[in-house]
Amino acid sequence: MKFAVVVFPGSNCDKDLYFAIKDGINEEVELVNFQETSLSGFDAVLIPGGFSYGDYLRSGAIAGHAPIIPAIKQMAAEGKPVLGICNGFQILTEIGLLPGALIKNNHNRFICETVSLQVINNQTQFTSEYSANQVIDIPVAHGEGNYYCDEQTLNELKQNDQIAFKYQSDINGSVDQIAGITNKEKNVLGMMPHPERALETLVGSDDGLKMFQSILKNHMDRVNQ
Amino acid sequence: MTEPTATMINEQKLYKAWGLSEAEFKIICDDILHRLPNYTEAGLFSVMWSEHCSYKNSKHVLRKFPNKGKRVLAGPGEDAGIIDIDDNQAVVFKAESHNHPSAVEPYQGAATGVGGIIRDIFSMGATPIAMLNSLKFGNLTDEHTKYLASEIVAGIGGYGNCIGIPTVGGEISFQDRYKNNPVVNAMCVGLINNSDIKYGKAKGENNLIIYVGAKTGRDGIHGATFASDEFTDENKSQRSAVQVGDPFMEKLLMDACIELVQEHSDWIMGIQDMGAAGLVSSTAEMASKASSGLVLELDQVPQRETNMTPYEIMLSESQERMVLCAKPEYRDEIIKFFNNTGLDAVVIGKVTSDKQYKIYQHGELVTDIPVAGLVDDSPEYVHQGQTPKRLLSDNYHDQYQPKVDSLAKTWLKMLKQPNIASKEYFYKTYDSQIKANTVVKPGSDAAVVRVRGTRKALAMTNDGNSKLVYVDPYVGGQIAIIEASANLIASGSEPIGITDCLNYGNPEKPEIFWEFNRSVEGMASVCENLELPVISGNVSLYNEFNEEAIYPSPMIGMVGLTKDLDNVTTQGFKNPGDTIYLVGTTKDDFNGSELQLMQTGDVNGGLNSIDVSKVKAIQDNMLKAIQQGLIASCHDVSEGGLVVALAEAAFENQLGFDVKTDLSSEAVFSETTGRFLISVPTEKESVIESLFANDIELLGKVSNEQTLRLTTSNSDAELDLNEALKNWKEAIPCLMK
Repeated sequence: MKFAVVVFPGSNCDKDLYFAIKDGINEEVELVNFQETSLSGFDAVLIPGGFSYGDYLRSGAIAGHAPIIPAIKQMAAEGKPVLGICNGFQILTEIGLLPGALIKNNHNRFICETVSLQVINNQTQFTSEYSANQVIDIPVAHGEGNYYCDEQTLNELKQNDQIAFKYQSDINGSVDQIAGITNKEKNVLGMMPHPERALETLVGSDDGLKMFQSILKNHMDRVNQ
Repeated sequence: MTEPTATMINEQKLYKAWGLSEAEFKIICDDILHRLPNYTEAGLFSVMWSEHCSYKNSKHVLRKFPNKGKRVLAGPGEDAGIIDIDDNQAVVFKAESHNHPSAVEPYQGAATGVGGIIRDIFSMGATPIAMLNSLKFGNLTDEHTKYLASEIVAGIGGYGNCIGIPTVGGEISFQDRYKNNPVVNAMCVGLINNSDIKYGKAKGENNLIIYVGAKTGRDGIHGATFASDEFTDENKSQRSAVQVGDPFMEKLLMDACIELVQEHSDWIMGIQDMGAAGLVSSTAEMASKASSGLVLELDQVPQRETNMTPYEIMLSESQERMVLCAKPEYRDEIIKFFNNTGLDAVVIGKVTSDKQYKIYQHGELVTDIPVAGLVDDSPEYVHQGQTPKRLLSDNYHDQYQPKVDSLAKTWLKMLKQPNIASKEYFYKTYDSQIKANTVVKPGSDAAVVRVRGTRKALAMTNDGNSKLVYVDPYVGGQIAIIEASANLIASGSEPIGITDCLNYGNPEKPEIFWEFNRSVEGMASVCENLELPVISGNVSLYNEFNEEAIYPSPMIGMVGLTKDLDNVTTQGFKNPGDTIYLVGTTKDDFNGSELQLMQTGDVNGGLNSIDVSKVKAIQDNMLKAIQQGLIASCHDVSEGGLVVALAEAAFENQLGFDVKTDLSSEAVFSETTGRFLISVPTEKESVIESLFANDIELLGKVSNEQTLRLTTSNSDAELDLNEALKNWKEAIPCLMK
């Protein structure tokens, strides 16, 4: 399976994602510059965390206009897995692949710690290796991770099983303690926590590994069908 | 505005406002230039001869530190020091202070301190892998201190989080003396393959001087001079001397410079950060190191503002700028390389052989001075010290005699002291986990960062208990090194080198100079004993506000090499049933202690002398024991004494203990240095007991109850683990409200 990790100016978790694929699940992975316009040949695209364009204006806003964006949208339309983590999640909401928005944490402070998440929907290609309602430990590191959407959107998210992960406690003020959501089709996932930082117990937790294994397994299942 | 003429500068003594003395000005005129300097030249001399750039007041003291060792690849004098860590890899590290800027503009002052120290690391060609910081504030009961603390911490996080380097450790302490002059020291650690090391040299006639990065504005002019002066209500408003940081720009600059060094090393001769004193300091130092001359064309320098004078361009401390010395045949490739990453890169001059520093603007020669005069010929001052009065009282050597009426109450109260309480409220705002290599996170004796692709790790710590240096500069200085070393040993790492930030008051005052000199002698003596080289560092003098100096505050940044990840050890108890020991002898060491501060509101009295060879023997044995897998947990016993170490060991994994000691309820608060609290599996008891022979006391067992039980020779106490934890964790958030 071949993964693309998109690198915007100011991305800073791109290498971590690169190692997650290369060393975590031993698959092929390439860093793809934001100026590229095609993602052909890739089976999945990962949008890393960081401060694209310094998060100036609004986090993810400027990256949303980068040359690579139409190619990401095309991947999503083709049903291929698109995963945005942290700043990647912010970019996915900016370009309309996911509903809602990420605003400043309600306590107005950056927060970095390993938090407990509950897997709400384990029927997606990102979460199928987790058991239903499994509680996993994944680090967060963000200043603007407070997920916001209106009530109608929240109802839709619930009805369509789009909520992938919830925080076990209220860490940033997110609506319904949402930590990650998918699109209706379940091939686009955005999440604030960093599964790529949780691949080895050496650094605190290996609970993130199953996410990358899920993506790989579902891809192999499709290929072998 | 027209610039004053050379005659006006001389006759009206205008140079004095820039920090040059009459005697210094005379040397410039009579011995170096043999004429009067013009406005630009006088400005260049004033910053290059400031304490911040020239170390004129501190050089002779700093020479007392050992800086050689078998692993040392580069010592003081470069942007950062370098130490070999085997396998053709090296660690590059340095610390720097940003006290004055942080006092006037806390967010930007702290942020640009972080930005500056990161540039010092990647200018050597290294990839920054971790940051630490040491912060000293006034008391959190003061509203202004709360403001400074929250803004400074936000500035550090704002820069480090954005650029994507984990902030993995540090220290924070509180004392009234830092109220208007906080101490903000930042340290950066980088990794490099030995073959990629680059030095900041401008070598080879006709090689090009290339300017890379942000444009030059009028910010930060005379920052170095500002840092070399005392602080008063009057100059507190010098905001123009503080720069503004742009971590996004620095991220681009960092990635590009690292790629340049790794992929196109043959294009460049040297690379240097434009830090304090900006363009003049970076280029003049590069020329001096190579015994070259330089010609600079200021019209080529990218400028953010119009009509900037040579003086302003040369002295600006605008951030996120670098200077390269490059081979002319690669000119186009280099410019294209940087332009592709969205950065300005411009040829602004070239290397010459006449050893003169020449600057042109609008076709006119505006500066023509010898490089050596500017960089190397600043005068050196050997100040006379005088023992501070507080150290001369008749009862100076008497130890404070504490009385602990209720062990439980005193213990709980101790856990809530701001210097003891958990600093999580602050460090949780730093991204400590990015790069996914952080094995031991903030809140431990030392942070441990894995070297990806190997079984090695680097342990790192910032330490410096200024209360002890204040009450006894020599012994306090010794303890600063011993404690930093103990932090690394406790985490299973072998200390390999030191960087420091030496924060003191005005060295022209005899008592301050004495503190500075004596504490350096104390530190240097232990460095010799422990065979630890000081490979880089920074001196911050004139830390005074309205004539009152801060405590003498040396900050020790120490790095250790962990040869195998299996050796990584943390302070927390691991398994119920493990046996707890105290290693090292406890004496009545209450002067300068947290207990003295808590009970009397102040610290005073001298410290007991230290048997450093004994300390070294215990530390060496402890490292061996850890490397042999005998130890489940290891914690350095320091501030607050044994009771605090025990509680912290219990908190990490929320395991209680049953402990009985021969020490009194007072002695369990003693801060005798060189001690460790360890827990070991029962089957290792006999090996451990024979290894430490007369230096070990059996304390008891780790329990699976949520209770901290302590019996002393004259009392006993029982704390609920969760209540103690809550007190320890919530003290700082509560004060910050």
